[in-house]
Amino acid sequence: MKIINCPLNGPRNALEFVCAGEVRTMPDPARCSDHEWADYTFLENNTAGLVKEWWCHVPSSYWFIAERNTVTDEITRTYPAGELFRERVEFAAAGEGEKK
Amino acid sequence: MPLGLLRYGLNGKYPAKRHFRWATEPKKSYDVVIIGGGGHGLACAFYLARDWGINNVAVIEKGYLAGGNTARNTAIIRSNYLTPEGVQFYEHSMKLYQELSNTFDYNILYSERGHFTLAHTDAALRTSRWRAEVNKHLGVDSELIYPDDIARLCPSMNLSENVRYPILGALYHPPGAIARHDAVAWGYARRASDWGVDILQDTEVTAINQSGGRVTGVETTRGTIHCGKAMQAVAGSSSLISKMAGFKLPIRTIPLQACVSLPVKPFLDQIVVSGSLHVYVSQSSRGELVMGGSTDPCPLYSTRSTLDFKEGLIGHIMELFPFLGDMRVARQWAGMTDMTPDFSPVMGKTPVENYYIDSGWGTWGFKATPVCGVTMAHTVATGEPHDLIKPFRLNRFDEFMQVGEKGAASVGH
Repeated sequence: MKIINCPLNGPRNALEFVCAGEVRTMPDPARCSDHEWADYTFLENNTAGLVKEWWCHVPSSYWFIAERNTVTDEITRTYPAGELFRERVEFAAAGEGEKK
Repeated sequence: MPLGLLRYGLNGKYPAKRHFRWATEPKKSYDVVIIGGGGHGLACAFYLARDWGINNVAVIEKGYLAGGNTARNTAIIRSNYLTPEGVQFYEHSMKLYQELSNTFDYNILYSERGHFTLAHTDAALRTSRWRAEVNKHLGVDSELIYPDDIARLCPSMNLSENVRYPILGALYHPPGAIARHDAVAWGYARRASDWGVDILQDTEVTAINQSGGRVTGVETTRGTIHCGKAMQAVAGSSSLISKMAGFKLPIRTIPLQACVSLPVKPFLDQIVVSGSLHVYVSQSSRGELVMGGSTDPCPLYSTRSTLDFKEGLIGHIMELFPFLGDMRVARQWAGMTDMTPDFSPVMGKTPVENYYIDSGWGTWGFKATPVCGVTMAHTVATGEPHDLIKPFRLNRFDEFMQVGEKGAASVGH
């Protein structure tokens, strides 16, 4: 993996990118349990195989999603985050969850 | 080859002996099954047999003995960590290492060299001073020194101010040492097998059988093996095995690359580490420079090497030792590390009652081999974690009680 195909900038040297880990659904911080929050914050699937990850092209500060095989080190597909996230995610306001 | 040597090799008077007993066929059942035949697993088996009288033990290894990260580290032993929990743990390990050749009656080539952690920035100097104070408070020989002392101790290092990252000082740890990493594993294997432990190589665990929240045995490529208790010590693949047992870990598998040069005459006594330059280098007893660098930029289950890494590493080595420009790299390799969020291991009990874990060995596993053996044997034998590893429990992440050792890790940040 030496060249990464950035959805915005086209093929660029892999050194220009950083990986920010697997795409996961964030639990609602106001409503989830401590264990769910610790799981989301610290625990990893650490999958050996195909994963969906957040990547950033640092010089242009552009975030996108890459599908990468963590055994063969090949990126099979890159695309804008809009393909996965079509709607705004709303969370309960801080404190609201605690009343319940 | 001299004729005398040939004759010596061929005569039957000094036949080469196997270093340990091979278990050809697994038994149906063991008291304890240890998954992973590296240094940590073998050490645990040894102390279980010697100190706890539990010798109906199998060590199950997918490949060959100590062929994973035990064979791939850079063999550095030190205890100058940042947190009291870490310092006490690694210091205990160092004490065990110093006696290990005697414990085994087998030479592990333990060699005290002195260890420099170079500081190139004010922030690094501050961390070095912090570490020195924590270390000294806990009885570990460690101090902050400045370029005049560095020049006296290590005259071959470039201390010029006309470089990209001038050296401002160093954390100096005189007992820092290196050892023959293979010999550590072989020594444990040999003595563990003397005590009756079965070492099963070329045997892969494919499933962990459970019933009522307890492990009952493991499925392997050589059939089902029943067990009373089980433990995993498979850093690099920890998440894959823990998934079989049914729980997640705070670990990402990231490759760490290293290389050695051709052997040259001794010129470098000390172990030199720079967190800012992402470099560590020492000269082995064979004269090779053993060099390591930063971890790879993203998770990967592979032990491939890359040119980017070598360019970066060698550029930085050249800054410290400019005369090495004509040196040749002889071998290169990578190991898969278990990187945790707080740079401390994950050890002890798990959500499964009689299943124990020794994982989270990022770039700091080799130096902890003996203490992991002692503490995990205690944990497996009694069912309760040893005091030294309580801070490294898996559920510290649920309690937000991390043990932050990032400031004392040589690389990986």
